Amino acid sequence: MTENLPRTARPLRVLAAMSGGVDSAVAAARAVEAGHDVTGVHLALSANPQSFRTGARGCCTIEDSRDARRAADVIGIPFYCWDLAERFREDVVEDFVAEYEAGRTPNPCLRCNEKIKFAALLDKALALGFDAVCTGHYATIVEKEDGTREMHRASDMAKDQSYVLGVLDEKQLAHALFPLGDTVTTKDEIRAEAERRGLAVAKKPDSHDICFIADGDTQGFLAKRLGKAEGDIVDGATGEKVGTHDGAYGFTIGQRKGLRIGHPAPDGKPRYVLDISPVNNTVTVGPVEALDVTALTAIRPRWCGSTPAPAGTYTYTAQLRAHGGETEVFAEVVDGELHVRFTEPVRGVAPGQAIVLYDGTRVVGSATIATTTRATAAV
Amino acid sequence: MAYLDHAATTPMLPEAAAAMTAQFAATGNASSLHAAGRRARRTVEEAREALAEALGGRPSEVVFTAGGTEADNLAVKGLYWSRRDADPARTRVLASPVEHHAVLDAVHWLAEHEGAEVEYLPVDHHGRVRPEAFREAVERNPDDIALATVMWANNEIGTVMPVRELAAVAREHGIPLHSDAVQAVGQLDVRFGDSGLAAMTVSGHKIGGPYGIGALLLGRDQTPVPVLHGGGQERHVRSGTLDVPAIAAFAVAAVLAAERRERFAAEVGALRDELIRAVLAAVPDAVLGGDPEDRLPANAHFSFPGCEGDSLLLLLDAQGIECSTGSACTAGVAQPSHVLLATGTDPQLARGTLRFSLGHTSTKEDVAAVAAAIGPAVARARTAGLS
Repeated sequence: MTENLPRTARPLRVLAAMSGGVDSAVAAARAVEAGHDVTGVHLALSANPQSFRTGARGCCTIEDSRDARRAADVIGIPFYCWDLAERFREDVVEDFVAEYEAGRTPNPCLRCNEKIKFAALLDKALALGFDAVCTGHYATIVEKEDGTREMHRASDMAKDQSYVLGVLDEKQLAHALFPLGDTVTTKDEIRAEAERRGLAVAKKPDSHDICFIADGDTQGFLAKRLGKAEGDIVDGATGEKVGTHDGAYGFTIGQRKGLRIGHPAPDGKPRYVLDISPVNNTVTVGPVEALDVTALTAIRPRWCGSTPAPAGTYTYTAQLRAHGGETEVFAEVVDGELHVRFTEPVRGVAPGQAIVLYDGTRVVGSATIATTTRATAAV
Repeated sequence: MAYLDHAATTPMLPEAAAAMTAQFAATGNASSLHAAGRRARRTVEEAREALAEALGGRPSEVVFTAGGTEADNLAVKGLYWSRRDADPARTRVLASPVEHHAVLDAVHWLAEHEGAEVEYLPVDHHGRVRPEAFREAVERNPDDIALATVMWANNEIGTVMPVRELAAVAREHGIPLHSDAVQAVGQLDVRFGDSGLAAMTVSGHKIGGPYGIGALLLGRDQTPVPVLHGGGQERHVRSGTLDVPAIAAFAVAAVLAAERRERFAAEVGALRDELIRAVLAAVPDAVLGGDPEDRLPANAHFSFPGCEGDSLLLLLDAQGIECSTGSACTAGVAQPSHVLLATGTDPQLARGTLRFSLGHTSTKEDVAAVAAAIGPAVARARTAGLS
């Protein structure tokens, strides 16, 4: 398994980001096994009062921090807790709220990778003399003969996390280690490996929620932050008001549940969120076909690894949301923006989410979806 | 390895370890009346006498506890309760703002739950409570004070408090003064009997004894309300079966600490002075924390502008130099030390602190290791900056 680590030619000084979960613990253990000089660090990120700084000092109160420390002790590496809560609040949490407020649907995990783990943390690690940051992400870094790097999907497509890492550039990739990336395995096997290594986190449940919304209630979190702002739900075809909502920010394009529309549509079919307009606080709904998107533009493209910005139009596959499927696209860079056409219409494309382009398994780049072109003129 | 964190805990003295292991082989509850119990009781009482003598107190003034934290809690809460029970007007608690958390959090708890009005005494920029300031706080209204608590010497920056002078002021008004002397024993001339204190906390593992054992030296006229209720051991102030092996070893360590104190203070003080010189030579803008003269002989504390203490800790740890940013409990998530903030240190500067604390195993080589490593470590930590 250790041959999967890139740059094994020499031992590196590695800072292993340890969340307290099983993946990052096994990743750190594998980095040690590969001969690297590993130091563990737990990032205190969450300002969630239930888990962080409950007491006067926020000292060792976090269960995750304790789990990470225990894992580090078992692996036999030094361990530190770094407080990046302020950076996290500024770069991830505030961005998350602002994006929803603007009617978009952000991906905070991607943002955290871009701004915290492979920026604030990596910068500090490099300054302190480390060569690389190691995480428990599932993605593969391929080092080519010319020394440049590519990122590929994890061998196990079901666990692949390249979508939330597609924002990493060459410099970031050059200092990243994903020891789990090439694992053709199941989560059970990772757990078994953790068990074999004596790591108590082997049985710890996976976390799926947004880490700074401990109870999983994103709507409640946003409502607390943004306040109640009642507005209209209108039918996209007729312009008729069909209901009210407590704040347009609480919706995502393609959403069906929770619309609370009193009477059914004339055709009796369910209605979906087609558009969110924060300016007039209106949510537009319509039939599922109206969600079909034929093209989109995306801003702030970042080219993964050493891939240069592609000139001309290329055919790639694209992933439009975490855990989403792949779809074939024609992509072109126009004036610094990414213009994408779909060979077949796709549904539920939400501005604010990332579009990640792939050439086979290779990550080409990532950009933030700004506008979409609908197949029908329902909105 | 250069272990320079003796203020967190210091290696057990071989004599103490021998005394402890000898007791492991024996059985007997010191409260039992049979022969095994009598043997245990004799061991405990001989230890109590030895410890009392080493600390300048009387055997009857020694209340064994499970460590410094418990002794602090017993003194602060117990004396608050008993003094308030005797006169409900007594709810004011005077405390220095640079106390260890075992005291600070206990008085904070009294404020939150028991109606205490906690008044933090002013300290100078070395973290010292001046007797005049203490007198002012006391004489504003001596009748509403439940107790006062001021540590003998600060665990982070090493400043020594004028405990005897403070105790004299408290005595004038019949107010009990408690002092946490955990860091002072073995380094300073700590004698409970002529200190004027009502209560004094000491701990085993800071002086070469075992963990999990400490004592509250408690004046015979003091009757704190117990924190732990039970079998009525230790003057009915602290219930619980006595830990005979730990008590025996603690007494051995205390006796040796007292015997060796002057020589220890001179030798370790010289090493410590050398360490301070070396650090200030390598990092000229480093700021020595605490009183430059009147400080614990084994303590050196610095603030390094533009660095995170955590970064320095990591860099030194990687080179086998073991020290601390402050007290161990705040080492989870980096926060500016309450001690430094109380002394008026700039909060940014207070983030870049290191405490080197020497002890009975310290050598010139330890100091040389710090002298060689500190300059490059600070330079590197500065590039990482204050995140």
